[in-house]
Amino acid sequence: MTDTDERTSEIQEVERIIVRFAGDSGDGMQLAGDRFTAASAMFGNDLATLPEYPAEIRAPAGTLAGVSAFQVHIADHDISTPGDSPSVLVAMNPAALMGELPKLEEHGTIIINTDAFDERNLQKAGYESNPLEDDSLAGYSVISAAMTDMTKEACKELGVKPRDAERSKNFFALGMVSWLYSRPTDPTVDWIQSKFKGKDLVIAANEAAFRAGNVFAENADLWASRRIVRPAVLPAGTYTNINGNTALSWGLLAASKQAGLPLFLGSYPITPASDILHELAKHRNFGVRTFQAEDEIAAVGAALGASYGGHIGLTTTSGPGLALKSETIGLAVSLEIPLVIVDVQRGGPSTGLPTKTEASDLLMAFYGRHGEAPLPVVCANTPADCFFAAIEATRIAVEYRTPVILLSDGYLGNGTEPWKLPNVDDLPEIHVEFLEGPNHVNEDGEEEFLPYLRDDTLSRPWILPGTTGLAHRVGGIEKDITGNISYDPANHEYMVRTRAAHIAKIADSIPEIEPKGDADGDIVVVGWGSTYGPITAAVGRMRRKGAKVAHIHLRHLNPFPPNLGELLKSFDQVIVPEMNLGQLARLIRADFLVDAKSISKITGQPFTPAELVERIEEAVND
Amino acid sequence: MTDVELTTKKDWVSDQEVRWCPGCGDYGILTAIQMLLPEFGNRREDTVFISGIGCAARFPYYMNTYGIHSIHGRSPAIASGLALARRDLDVWVVGGDGDMLSIGGNHLIHALRRNINLTILLFNNRIYGLTKGQYSPTSEEGKVTKSSPMGSIDHPFNPISLALGAEASFVARTHDLDRKHMMEMMRKAHEHKGSGLVEIYQNCNVFNNGAYNEITKRDARAEMIIELRHGEPVRFGAEGEHGVVIDRGVASIVEVADVGLDALVVHNESEPDPSVAFALSRLALDMSSPTPMGVFREVERPEYGHELDGQVARARAEKGEGDLESVLRSQHTWQVD
Repeated sequence: MTDTDERTSEIQEVERIIVRFAGDSGDGMQLAGDRFTAASAMFGNDLATLPEYPAEIRAPAGTLAGVSAFQVHIADHDISTPGDSPSVLVAMNPAALMGELPKLEEHGTIIINTDAFDERNLQKAGYESNPLEDDSLAGYSVISAAMTDMTKEACKELGVKPRDAERSKNFFALGMVSWLYSRPTDPTVDWIQSKFKGKDLVIAANEAAFRAGNVFAENADLWASRRIVRPAVLPAGTYTNINGNTALSWGLLAASKQAGLPLFLGSYPITPASDILHELAKHRNFGVRTFQAEDEIAAVGAALGASYGGHIGLTTTSGPGLALKSETIGLAVSLEIPLVIVDVQRGGPSTGLPTKTEASDLLMAFYGRHGEAPLPVVCANTPADCFFAAIEATRIAVEYRTPVILLSDGYLGNGTEPWKLPNVDDLPEIHVEFLEGPNHVNEDGEEEFLPYLRDDTLSRPWILPGTTGLAHRVGGIEKDITGNISYDPANHEYMVRTRAAHIAKIADSIPEIEPKGDADGDIVVVGWGSTYGPITAAVGRMRRKGAKVAHIHLRHLNPFPPNLGELLKSFDQVIVPEMNLGQLARLIRADFLVDAKSISKITGQPFTPAELVERIEEAVND
Repeated sequence: MTDVELTTKKDWVSDQEVRWCPGCGDYGILTAIQMLLPEFGNRREDTVFISGIGCAARFPYYMNTYGIHSIHGRSPAIASGLALARRDLDVWVVGGDGDMLSIGGNHLIHALRRNINLTILLFNNRIYGLTKGQYSPTSEEGKVTKSSPMGSIDHPFNPISLALGAEASFVARTHDLDRKHMMEMMRKAHEHKGSGLVEIYQNCNVFNNGAYNEITKRDARAEMIIELRHGEPVRFGAEGEHGVVIDRGVASIVEVADVGLDALVVHNESEPDPSVAFALSRLALDMSSPTPMGVFREVERPEYGHELDGQVARARAEKGEGDLESVLRSQHTWQVD
């Protein structure tokens, strides 16, 4: 950005750009995308990202299965999704071009690393002829660069071995893209220097590759392709670019502060939830104890034990892990002590699609335990919203002494958005009370202690071991008000009904939900979780076209907000887009006898706004 | 656990009716613990018993302490979380061979290798009692039960060998007919810093009656119990006429008169390498062979909770008490005016 400023006036301004970086798993595309995102965030754009990578750490090189991609949408206005079709595709090898080209918009731009287009790679990708030489890319704007060779050339003088130098080619690509889309270079150079501190050769190679890519783009007469996306007008404040797993971890730290209780995380590594374990493990100075257990069952067991001892017991997992934890969660339902269970959902069943997103654990969260075992379910709706969802899940768990399931998903966990940092003094309060002495007076006027005596919210007291005079036993066998075993038939029915009423009563603490958009319209689109972005964008587009559409997006799934049924009945059409086969739609139909229409997508990818508009219109006209 | 209280056995007895079958070995174990606990001077309220599922797992209901009767096999995991969150508590884990070696085998070995401060009592009756008589992971091969009418073809676990293989820092064996010995083993396990495992040979008089008669009956003991005493040659018999030698890692029984006293292995429970203890554990081949009882191993290893709290303290010393505001600003931030 030195002597280029004088020509800035020639750069075409656009409202938005969607760039998709794609290459082999080892090509560093996630890093390139992440850095482009960071530079754009600093530049002041609104943005949303979608990382997509194979489940294998090193899938066979050069194959379609090994393609790793990172999509970033930057805009000069408020956006909520990583966009419909990319406008720019960076293809580091033939497999990336073959696999990702169908996603590119008509007449889009392709930036190609020509060095990777040798016969072997073309064959691995399934090309019969070289697309750079035939006219198959005729409809696109193609920018070719011998990225590998030029990177090696740029590193020649530095004493870096050619093999090592080659690894910096992602920075060459980033340098090109940064110039083409008028990103400042300083943030990337600064980042390289701090990230690889102490590794001088790596710094030198990455920086040289980045600058070489930048200069190459400038000198290659690509001015006609150059674009700029001006900063978005965002509310004043301090911003950071945040992904959902980090936001969720920080939300748990905040919840621990708000409750004044230490956090105990029992966890077993699982994609895409492991980053929460990694993040919380860094914060022992908050009194956080992370415990990497031998399995999912031990992870939730240890968390439950810690909760019994007065910590905020927490376990983090994804679908297969939640299945394993079912029995222990049932015990927590029976013991009626706080427990926070985070499920960062992924494609299922079984191992399913570990690195792809899906929101198909809703019914498991509701019903995935034996017996009548109700518990509260809440969800996060955007990456940054994971912060507040974590606080809310903890609030319900602690204030109502119950296990709570918090649903996030792979898209939220790994996706990012700019987040205006909240004022820590304004965070919701979490009230904690431990029983300290007898809680009842019997018929003879004597004080007594009843572990399962309930308060106005039907919650039983949280009693810490060590409390004088309150030694008692609890367990998974049905019990009566004393906590002792009871096989009395009437007592069991009473306890089952009371546990259900207890969870239902949580609705008293949930605010009424207000639809966005046209509350007086005929159509309402109802969503939960990460469909928030796509539905917001789709409903916005429909309304701009003149349709009267409302949008309800749920945080609380069990219990639902108290006015939800009444609200839904005020619309003629209730449309429920979900990344499953209609789980929320089924619950809504069952609970409210509303003719909810389901829109499903189960491809492992989030809805795009364009397809959602089309599908909502189809459903409405159906 | 600073206030030392004088309690007696009856203070530790809960108001719940004990519902084990009359004649069950569990009664003797319950009495031993209730007699032992007053010795420690702890408050009842600072003591927690955690169990899984099975006959033995009803134990917490009979103790006038805090307690959780949890789910099958998971007691070591739940107890681990509690012991790590609350290092001020005295946490005990109680369960049977099905609970802790079959469905919960994984949690047991990991609790042992981590060395979390837990006293673990494994009631081994070599049968499934509460489900009415199927073979267990410690039942002998060929055992005929309801689920193995032609004889079990499962090879059993030797719990002591298993615990030593997991490098447990304290491993002992006792039996339900010798209260004094039981109390001695539990006392040592309790004093030990870290995970202490006590295997208790326990008679199920309904589904596996007399399983240990050949070893634990009073008149059999001299010939059949090899009592392990730290620092002493391993020998047994009414006159100490039998002994144990270890040759190329294998323990075998010899006559002292044949080999001389100096040839016997001298028991060293604090030997860091568990190999000799493992060799000794292999002597309990079946329920009619001389069987070692006592402390197989007691070594010092860092206790997990101590280490974990140490990391919390170190993080606080290095970074200060956690400050949310600074975490929120720990990534790159930018200002919009």
